[in-house]
Amino acid sequence: MAGIGGAETTGKKARWGLVNVVVVVYALFPVLWIVSLSFKSKKAISEGGFFPTEWTLDNYAAIFSTTEFIRPLFNSIGIAIIATLIAVVFGTMAAYAIARLDFPGKQLLVGVSLLIAMFPQVSLVSPLFNIERALGLFDTWPGLILPYITFSLPLAIYTLSAFFKEIPWELEKAAKMDGATPGQAFQKVIAPLAAPGVFTTAILVFIFCWNDFLFAISLTSTETSRTVPAALAFFTGSSQFEDPTGTTSAAAVVITIPIIIFVLFFQRRIVAGLTSGAVKG
Amino acid sequence: MSTHAAVKAKPVLSEGKKAERRLGLLLCAPAAFIMIAVTAWPIIYSFWLSLQRYDLKFPDKQEFIGLENYTAVLSSPYWWDAFGITALLTVITVVIELVLGMALALVMHRTLVGRGLVRTSALIPYGIVTVVAAFSWKYAYTPETGYLAELFGGAPLTDKASALAIIASAEIWKTTPFMALLLMAGLALVPDDMLKAAAMDGASGWQRFTKIMVPMMKPAILVALLFRTLDAFRIFDNIFVLTAGSQGTGSVSMLTYNNLIKGLNLGIGSTMSVLIFVAVAIIAFVFIKVFGTAAPGSDNGGKR
Amino acid sequence: MADIVLDKVTKKYPDGALAVQEVNLEIADGEFIILVGPSGCGKSTTLNMLAGLEDITAGELRIGGERVNEKAPKDRDIAMVFQSYALYPHMTVRENMAFPLRLAKIDDKIVDAKVAEASKILDLGQHLDRKPSNLSGGQRQRVAMGRAIVRNPKAFLMDEPLSNLDAKLRVQMRTEVSRLQKNLGTTTVYVTHDQTEAMTLGDRVVVMRGGAVQQVGSPQYLYENPANLFVAGFIGSPAMNFIPATLENGELSTALGTFPLSDKVRRMAERGRRPVREVIMGLRPEHLEDASMVEGANSSRGATFTTQVDVLESMGSDKYAYFSISGKRASSAQLDELAADVGVSDLGAGQTVARISAASRAKEGSSLDVWVDLDKIQLFDPESGKALTYSD
Repeated sequence: MAGIGGAETTGKKARWGLVNVVVVVYALFPVLWIVSLSFKSKKAISEGGFFPTEWTLDNYAAIFSTTEFIRPLFNSIGIAIIATLIAVVFGTMAAYAIARLDFPGKQLLVGVSLLIAMFPQVSLVSPLFNIERALGLFDTWPGLILPYITFSLPLAIYTLSAFFKEIPWELEKAAKMDGATPGQAFQKVIAPLAAPGVFTTAILVFIFCWNDFLFAISLTSTETSRTVPAALAFFTGSSQFEDPTGTTSAAAVVITIPIIIFVLFFQRRIVAGLTSGAVKG
Repeated sequence: MSTHAAVKAKPVLSEGKKAERRLGLLLCAPAAFIMIAVTAWPIIYSFWLSLQRYDLKFPDKQEFIGLENYTAVLSSPYWWDAFGITALLTVITVVIELVLGMALALVMHRTLVGRGLVRTSALIPYGIVTVVAAFSWKYAYTPETGYLAELFGGAPLTDKASALAIIASAEIWKTTPFMALLLMAGLALVPDDMLKAAAMDGASGWQRFTKIMVPMMKPAILVALLFRTLDAFRIFDNIFVLTAGSQGTGSVSMLTYNNLIKGLNLGIGSTMSVLIFVAVAIIAFVFIKVFGTAAPGSDNGGKR
Repeated sequence: MADIVLDKVTKKYPDGALAVQEVNLEIADGEFIILVGPSGCGKSTTLNMLAGLEDITAGELRIGGERVNEKAPKDRDIAMVFQSYALYPHMTVRENMAFPLRLAKIDDKIVDAKVAEASKILDLGQHLDRKPSNLSGGQRQRVAMGRAIVRNPKAFLMDEPLSNLDAKLRVQMRTEVSRLQKNLGTTTVYVTHDQTEAMTLGDRVVVMRGGAVQQVGSPQYLYENPANLFVAGFIGSPAMNFIPATLENGELSTALGTFPLSDKVRRMAERGRRPVREVIMGLRPEHLEDASMVEGANSSRGATFTTQVDVLESMGSDKYAYFSISGKRASSAQLDELAADVGVSDLGAGQTVARISAASRAKEGSSLDVWVDLDKIQLFDPESGKALTYSD
């Protein structure tokens, strides 16, 4: 367990290597399985083996030839991106204020975001369902974007204010001494330093919006605004897909791709973002 | 030289202070407004709805009925079954996640080789869409299709006990890495020198873990537990895909959803919403008061 | 380049805290001046007001004869070196040094030439394309200096620029800073809490305490003529010994024995009226010596007492002999403040130190005859902390 100090012997390395393999297999097994399913032909699916005995791209061809998938994919991308943009912009403003400024109600804002982070989302489903129907937001993009922004704001505010607290603000003073106007100090010194934190937060928020299922199935009823996770659940029983296993898997793989890309390229940042502020105070 | 005598220095900072406050409030306003508009107002509205008889199938019969809905829900075996299932799943998954998460945190923190690889793979369950993972598990346990179905007696998803076990395992698979990341942040706070000192004082590996690391990590552990508990309590996605609540595997969130979207009974659905909200508030309160979780400002919003 | 004048400069925070009160200071063109004092004494606030990073509540600041109270930092034409160096982490060394010039929209060729010149002076030539995170502490410090000198500003402000360096490098950089300032001849205001830096670097030293200037003067002058207990205790290392004493009939009686006052000390001390009074006697360690090491001619102006050596530290060039004094301790508000800054409970505590000749045969645990240079005794009023032996 806690092997402290000590030389990096080959034996130790081998043991760690084995442990690592266990972790990697644990993490990837279900993903590989669904990828494998997505490439299986109908016949291969019913055989039940882990790897396809017969490879096919039919499942992918099928989902990309029907609006039943393309439209939700478009919805998912659009809704997640818009919600992320707004949440990050508002979150950045609020986090900057929390990290840098002194104003009344700061603690209240922190408290409220904490409450929302812990909030049981299902408790909002009933009232939002009714309110959105009354306002004409039900089954529209804004109808999903609004709750997504709300529930990702606490995440954005916490992560960003933790990042902002790390920025050496003395640099702002240094820039002023070097002859910069406040605007130049922000643009040339502070913004480049804050950008990685903002970017990381955007990834976390995007993952959150991309993942949501409960709001997606409760606040939509048609393809106009249904996102992929919700659409997946309704693939079942459609006449077009008699046996939806292969097509569902293919659709599942498609919406997993952005996640894999984020994780592969920004692992360090995501870890930093998720753990920042997790243990402070 | 000529002007300095004329211009009297005035205290500008109090002005600056005012401006700072104004800017602070201004910057927070949009975030605060959205958060309150989308949560506070609906929850109040929800409470009001819960006092009504309000079934969308019979909209004419809407009327104020006081606490009747609460009596109906709280005396319903469906509610208590779902509540029991939710509580059971919460306890089981959180306990197992804590143990596995701690192990994974230690691996990620201490591994000598391939740290990046381990962290990257561990993030996949965290990042993957819950519904996607749920489908992967579902198909794995589906007779004929799945490689795991035969291992567990043909159709494990049709049996209550094994279905619950599958739901729990899917939940654990998905959220252990998140738990591990929070715990890893706590681990990073344990100074290496302190562990070396403990080793010099004759503490074994296990003793170093229980007597040094765990106490030092207590705040991180409690925050991780609080967030995972509240998160687990709202379990929905996995159940929806894996069993759709059949074989008595529905959680309170499932039950609420069914009453609302399938049953279109706003009154009952809202009542359940309020009850879940209260239950979550109680859990949070217990954590903060009894365990002394250092709450506000010490978390990052435990989201899946 | 320019002179800097602080005319009753005051800083008061909205919560009523008075950080700096009515500081008057005239800094000549090309002068190297040090603001020194314990943390919280107002030296950094003063520097920030000079920089324009903090507003001046009252009073006037003139740089080169021009009132600059209302000017933004960028319009004051002064450069600053920060304690943390404040290097821009996303820029290379070259970009860091060129940053002020680029902001001033100076021609590329001139920028390159100036950066090259500064990097040559500071020996940074081979590091120009590296990022600050890849530099050692000393190199970072030099980049921070480089960023200040490229612009040829009217003045340099330095906020504890060496305090993040390790001891050896700090001594080395100290000389470098001194040499650089002399070569450039730029007016420099340097803030530090380290009295050694204050003594070695400055043309003049300003000792501050609680937002007020205690004394201004050349390092040697402050050392020889401290105006009060605070300055006396702050300047000098090891610190001055403070021993309670009673002044009566031209004699000082202390726990160490009774010492006659030298004519010089008596003349100054007797300006006070009361014939008997409690005072604090200040003795610098270097004004104590192993009696057996003192030449005949000198011994006449001294007195001797015997004590037990608790600890003996050999410094090579000389030895520090520590001995304790029984009886009550010297106590004064100013001493308590100094002690709090150093982190010990009580500066007037029994430990007394003598800096004796390396040739001394003193041994730990055995007794030693200690010679006191009576001419160098300083006397302080415990109430006000003022030096009775101070002559303006």
